[in-house]
Amino acid sequence: MASAPSKLYADDVSLVVVLLDTNPFFWSSSSLSFSQFLSHVLAFLNAILTLNQLNQVVVIATGYNSCDYVFDSSSDLNRSFENGRMPVMCSSLLQKLEEFLIKDEQLSKEEPEGKIKSSLFSGSLSMALCYIQRVFRSGALYPHPRILCLQGSPDGPEQYVAIMNAIFSAQRSSVPIDSCYLGSQNSAFLQQASYITGGVHHKPQNLDGLFQYLMTIFATDLHSRSFIHLPKPVGVDFRASCFCHKNTIDMGYICSVCLSIFCKHHKKCSTCGSVFGQAQSEVASASDKKRKTPET
Amino acid sequence: MASTHVTKRAKYKTTIKDPGTPGTLRMTFEKILFVPHNPKSAGKLDVEFRYIKGQKHTKEGSNKPPWLNLTNNQNGSFIFEFENYSDLQECRDFVGKVLAKGGEVSEKPTVAYPDEQLSAAEMELRIKLLQEDSELQKLHKQFVLSGVLTETEFWATRKKLLDREASKKTKQRLGFKSAMISDIKPSTDGRTNKVTFNLTPEVILQIFAEKPAVHRAFLSYVPNKMSERTFWTKYFRAEYLHSTKNSIAAAAEAAEDEELAVFLKQDDILASEARKKIRRVDPTLDMEADEGDDYTHLPDHGILREGSKEMTESQNELYKRSLSQDINRHAAVVLEGRAVDVELEDTKAVAEALAQSKQKSSNKGESDGDTSRERLDRLSRMTEIEDLQGPNTLPLAPLCIKDPRDYFDSQQANALRSSGDALGEIKQIKCGLSTQEVYGSLRESISSIRAMGLKEPIVKPEVAHQVFDALTNSISNTKYHIGKNPQESVLDRLPRKTKEELLHHWTSILELLKHFWASYPITTTYLYVKVNRLKDAMSNIYPQLESAIKFRRLRDLSHQSFGIRFPSLFVQCIRL
Repeated sequence: MASAPSKLYADDVSLVVVLLDTNPFFWSSSSLSFSQFLSHVLAFLNAILTLNQLNQVVVIATGYNSCDYVFDSSSDLNRSFENGRMPVMCSSLLQKLEEFLIKDEQLSKEEPEGKIKSSLFSGSLSMALCYIQRVFRSGALYPHPRILCLQGSPDGPEQYVAIMNAIFSAQRSSVPIDSCYLGSQNSAFLQQASYITGGVHHKPQNLDGLFQYLMTIFATDLHSRSFIHLPKPVGVDFRASCFCHKNTIDMGYICSVCLSIFCKHHKKCSTCGSVFGQAQSEVASASDKKRKTPET
Repeated sequence: MASTHVTKRAKYKTTIKDPGTPGTLRMTFEKILFVPHNPKSAGKLDVEFRYIKGQKHTKEGSNKPPWLNLTNNQNGSFIFEFENYSDLQECRDFVGKVLAKGGEVSEKPTVAYPDEQLSAAEMELRIKLLQEDSELQKLHKQFVLSGVLTETEFWATRKKLLDREASKKTKQRLGFKSAMISDIKPSTDGRTNKVTFNLTPEVILQIFAEKPAVHRAFLSYVPNKMSERTFWTKYFRAEYLHSTKNSIAAAAEAAEDEELAVFLKQDDILASEARKKIRRVDPTLDMEADEGDDYTHLPDHGILREGSKEMTESQNELYKRSLSQDINRHAAVVLEGRAVDVELEDTKAVAEALAQSKQKSSNKGESDGDTSRERLDRLSRMTEIEDLQGPNTLPLAPLCIKDPRDYFDSQQANALRSSGDALGEIKQIKCGLSTQEVYGSLRESISSIRAMGLKEPIVKPEVAHQVFDALTNSISNTKYHIGKNPQESVLDRLPRKTKEELLHHWTSILELLKHFWASYPITTTYLYVKVNRLKDAMSNIYPQLESAIKFRRLRDLSHQSFGIRFPSLFVQCIRL
């Protein structure tokens, strides 16, 4: 893999990058209220920091129009937000979160009805990977990085390509992506992400005990995962979305040059520019019909 | 051999070369006591039968003196020399009995129920089987000694085992040869015109078995009317006439010689027996012929005797006999089996023995009253017309049968069902509020939490406990491990003792289920009582299974979140 293993700390020092879903449309219709959710998450972050002195936590907020870093445990800017009722870390995080939401609201534009209200998951995933890469290139030793996604919004098929690219680069850098899905349906992207990168995906049945789920499953560091059993999903939903309309499909056309997926027959591949259709010789048929089925 | 002890004079030898110390050997069920005549000599022996493993002895016919050699557990041996072979025999039988009994684990031999006459041989067989198979012994102890199954029921399903044991002892009886030795050809002396027939008792037995008229003639004529030699001469004359197929000559000679006529006529005893047999044929027998059976359109069934194909006149029907008749009769006799077991010394003995056996079989056939009623019962059962019958209201003993798919597939079904919702259109978040409102509500939650601090407590203990339980169960669910590794099975991950216990429960449930289903349809109260007893015994096994697994689970939770869920095995047990 990319990073030399000798630069990693031994044992269970971990860097957890938490992607927090702050899609207001989702939270307004969720059974779990945002404040309860924040209590669970803040306590969990505290717990991670107490597991090991050298642990680090970074929180990235996944908004509807933008994403931003809202917390970094290794930075020194936390001093200024003293509040008697809660630890310093929590108050700074909340302050930053509020500022982020104001900014995000300002960025919102009029949108047509009927659009799926998904958060910018691809953006926050990319930001997380960039942060991890920077950590890799800095200092002599660094902790084992992993990404934890706390998502509730549905998948946005228009982000399929970006998310898949991010997942593959995470796989290449051996950064596991854990995911905890808080919504009502299933998220194919999160399942695929955890499956491909070797993380753990879980959909909690009882959202009141979210803290317990986080502590039991997602607090285990990468070293301990070799001997602690974590829940495995029954099956993984491997459906893709087509490149032209961004619909989720399970049967479509694939360009044999760049493997782009299309739901309808095209004359030309929009990604790589290769021309489909009748070729000079009978053998060359550039477009094959291939079937992608959900794997169980 | 009903004595409880045996006392004999014998000499005790430590090795074969040892001359032996004379003394008295006394054997009881518990031990062997040897006291030498001379109290000063050192050969006293007091050994318990528990330590005796086996025995060997010298053969009677050989020139060796009668020795009995008892081997013990440590591979030592005690050799006793007896005065004669009958003594040796007695002691040998006694030791054999004690050794057979010694292996028995239960305190007293099982009681023979009054409705079943158990012979001693039968009892011995059962005890021997129980000794050899410890699994069988455990099942026997569990069910029969606790009264769930009776002795008869337990062994009823194991007839094959018992038969196999029994047949090991009895020698196989030789049957008749399938070659037609009764159709003997004489040897001719090239010089004179004489032909010689060689008759052995074996051949004579076959002739008498195949031709009962000849048998009857022999019994009545010899030695009153004619000698054996004349009898057989006439018989072979008749055979010769048959073989020439000259029915006219046969009729002529039959008219002359009355005794010869007996051999030439059709066998009337055979005919009457055949008629009786036809009357007894079961009308429900399915004798549907197929293409392979179609030989009837050929004359004489396709068999040509010595190349002749002519049809002869009917007036000499009486003196005709066809090859097919001979062959069929021979085949029937061979299949019936050998009725006579004695050594065949001479013809008279053979004839009488055969007559006796026939007498016995005809006596059996006379108890026809019962058998015909039985037959009528069976006929009426087999030919019943179902839609004309009344409603069949036999009692039922309901079992608690659950669909095994509930255990296996429920998780899968849930997962697929929920992913099925995501197929096709993704449900949109119906949001009636405007953008401003939603952002506003989110910011409000943040301010509230800043004001009030984190939720207290973060998570309620009961909820946490529930979550933890559910997670542990799902993590340890064996369905994720089944099928991944072909060498490994669920049982291998359990400790040996638990695994054996589980397998024993499984075999006992199978045993109970066998008896349960064998008692349907429930037509008598005895069966109903039995079925309920079996049902209770089966339901008693569930809590035992649970405790076996639960103990294991609690122990393992202490160091890892690892445990075995047993529903798959459990459901195997109750799977019906």
